[in-house]
Amino acid sequence: MADLINLTIDGVPVGVPKGTLIVDAAKRIGNDIPVFCYHPKLKPVGMCRMCLVEIGTPKVDPATKQIVKDDKGNVVIAWQPKLNTGCTTPVSEGMAVRTKTPVVIEAREDVLEFLLTSHPLDCPICDKGGECPLQNLTLAHGPGVSRFDYADKQHNDKHVPLGELIFLDRERCIQCSRCVRFQDEIADDHVLQFHDRGRGMEIVTFSDPGFDSYFGGNTTDICPVGALTTADFRFKARPWELKSTPSVCGHCAVGCNTSLNTRTNTSTGTLDIKRVMPRQNEQVNEIWLCDKGRFVHHYTRAAERITRPLIRKDGKLQEATWESALQLISDKLNTVPGLRVAGVIGDRVANEDAWLFKRFLTEIVKTPYVAASPALPAAYADIARASGLGVDADFKQLGKGDVIVVVNGDLEEQAPVWFLRLRQAVVDRGAKLIVAHHRSTKMHRYAHVIARYQPGLAAQWVASNPAELQGLKDARNVVMVFGDDTLGPPNARALASGLAAVLREAGQAGKSNSGLLPLYPHGNTQGVYDVVGAGERAQTADVAWLVGVGDAADAPKAGFTIVSELLMTDLAKSADVVLPALSAAERDGTLTSGDRRVQRFYAALPALGEAKPDWWAAQEIAKRMGANWSFPDAAAVFADMAAHVGPYAGLSYAGLAKIEAQWPPVGRDDLYYGGTVYDNMGGVGARTSPGEGPSDAVAPAEPTMEALTRPQPALYRSGELTRLSDVIGKRLV
Amino acid sequence: MNLKKRFRAITRIPLGFATVLKQMFQKPVTVQYPEEKRPMTSRFRGRHNLKRYDDGLEKCIGCALCAAACPADAIWVEAAENTNEVRFSPGERYAKTYEINMLRCIFCGYCEDACPTNAIVLEPIEFPTGYTRESMIYTKSQLLESPPINVAATPQQTPAGKYDRAILPFPPVDSSV
Repeated sequence: MADLINLTIDGVPVGVPKGTLIVDAAKRIGNDIPVFCYHPKLKPVGMCRMCLVEIGTPKVDPATKQIVKDDKGNVVIAWQPKLNTGCTTPVSEGMAVRTKTPVVIEAREDVLEFLLTSHPLDCPICDKGGECPLQNLTLAHGPGVSRFDYADKQHNDKHVPLGELIFLDRERCIQCSRCVRFQDEIADDHVLQFHDRGRGMEIVTFSDPGFDSYFGGNTTDICPVGALTTADFRFKARPWELKSTPSVCGHCAVGCNTSLNTRTNTSTGTLDIKRVMPRQNEQVNEIWLCDKGRFVHHYTRAAERITRPLIRKDGKLQEATWESALQLISDKLNTVPGLRVAGVIGDRVANEDAWLFKRFLTEIVKTPYVAASPALPAAYADIARASGLGVDADFKQLGKGDVIVVVNGDLEEQAPVWFLRLRQAVVDRGAKLIVAHHRSTKMHRYAHVIARYQPGLAAQWVASNPAELQGLKDARNVVMVFGDDTLGPPNARALASGLAAVLREAGQAGKSNSGLLPLYPHGNTQGVYDVVGAGERAQTADVAWLVGVGDAADAPKAGFTIVSELLMTDLAKSADVVLPALSAAERDGTLTSGDRRVQRFYAALPALGEAKPDWWAAQEIAKRMGANWSFPDAAAVFADMAAHVGPYAGLSYAGLAKIEAQWPPVGRDDLYYGGTVYDNMGGVGARTSPGEGPSDAVAPAEPTMEALTRPQPALYRSGELTRLSDVIGKRLV
Repeated sequence: MNLKKRFRAITRIPLGFATVLKQMFQKPVTVQYPEEKRPMTSRFRGRHNLKRYDDGLEKCIGCALCAAACPADAIWVEAAENTNEVRFSPGERYAKTYEINMLRCIFCGYCEDACPTNAIVLEPIEFPTGYTRESMIYTKSQLLESPPINVAATPQQTPAGKYDRAILPFPPVDSSV
């Protein structure tokens, strides 16, 4: 690279891009300058003074403006008389930095001695204990003894609720302002602030309800001490007792990488999820996770879970064995003609379930009626894939010269982490933002151009060749985010095809960072539609099989209904056979995110009761009906899917588990950026290619009352899963 | 065998009988455990005892450092949160579950060293025995010492602000340890 700046840190030469800060430059050569307030994802402030180093620049003769050299021809360094903060000083050519001299070491000891004067040292009961940057850095750089009187500590409140999700321990806080800056710079919810001065300085929230943000859980991750804790994890376990299993959040289309931290619960005798932590994947969620993904996990061990197959006998659902349930279903399917069987696959189930189920219905039962639920995304999923972002698309590269268009979508409510990332592309890196919606969303705050239309007329607005969408030809890249709020299937398809046409006309189609980004309702909408395709929907059937279907409107009227579910939904209550399914925490599988990234999740918990993955049930019945199938595990099912479903060709479990080095390094062996379980040990996944798709224009239709009166999308929408989480239960709408 | 050797063998027999006879009138060394117990030194590392403060609150704050220090992985701790209405120990945290698997324990005393509140003490009290593996997992109720006379057991209802901190600035020296 041409713009490399060369400097030496402790005599070691290093070349880094212009604008790099000294601590980051040192990190690149493995020199850990300790920090508390600095975080690579936040802007530097230099508040904690932990990163003090000696900085020198080449001495310049004032008369000749030449760099002075000594007798041996070496550059003379003019050392600054005082120590400077490495986290706020950008590198300059020829700079020399000393990080291990006695004066630097003494400064670090003094800073730690000061920080610990008011820190309570209640590490034994602190949830951060064991993964705490303050503990780590005190051990590594601390003075060992304090000259301050232990009895003279400042005593503050130890139990301050900042809202019902996050608790503050004022004594532990070292006033680094990482949480304040995260809320201001990244989440843009200005709900935290410093109050008062000196030793009385404290974090306060002034929103109602307190700490009103979808991203509050992240502040507990980046807090370098145990000052911020989540209500969910308070005192649940010590960090070293937890087992961490890589997983993928399936509650929206983003597909955030998570780690499920589990430990045995003696009162139930089984493993429990104690907390859900973000897992670093700079391509997807960086190191962030929304509060829904963090706190909604309680359904995995809810008492309401179905643990055994249920068969309707004498008008009531009664517990039965798998053997009898499978026999009953295969007998039923053998007696009914294939054309009278209909299958519906919900968009929460894993790719493996969707694939084997679809294969079972089309090959063994021989029915054309396989459809996906909900029905709405089926109208545009093929267009969204074909005109989607390129394989190498990276939100990080979006910036000056790029245009982000958001049409009819509420990014924060529908895909919170995409909101964080696209907002940063606009606010921090200068991308142009065009927002079109019939109501105000949070994204409107940053919009350069705002367009409005009547509810339900998004497709008509795009078709009218609006002035706001002119001039996209000159853009470097164009990302078009769209949602299906208030749109029926014809209009949703018209909107997608209209936006795809705009991309093509602007010459943006096919660029790696340009394309459509659909705001799907669930975590595997794209994957299920990739498998099922448009599908054929039956209105009536003799036998209907519903796998993870949430909406009763998607179920055909049938004489005999089979439901595979986690919980007793309304559909399950009226079914004839209910098969217990496994949640994503209890099995292996893959999900395909809205930007077509296929990612693996791993079994963190043992199966609850006799529950089995849906693909297993499909295989068992196929065997009973004469098929010669033998898929021993999810990996084999995925290999079969990769061989048959076009976009997934070449993918394998081994390939999806590939780990890539992440920058900035905030993983577990890092002493000062995290201390949490950010390190990605489960693989970064792979994005599938857009492939070919329809490019025909679809004319918008009249809006329908059904679509206009649908509830507007909300992150905390009360649902079967969310209402089982007490922590976020109070904020459900 | 010659005559001399044969004579020596015969004379040894009464000598042996004499030794046995002499021992019959000496005090026996065998102790009829468990009816009879030998005195142990006051610092003998026997069964664990979970201590209380004088006001009846448990010293254990559920920090699980004993479990972390345990080389035999014999200790299992699950913590929960105290409130002023239902208080088990000073501070915010207490041990909801505290179990020691006495079959695993090697009585090394590392748990005592790790304890920040001197809550767990290996004392010269009765040695754990049992007929089943389950009975050898000692629960918190078995390990916790009874409260002082005329002091309420835990949980207690306590005034707000009195027990804010789990670890006291200067832990009072417990003379009984």
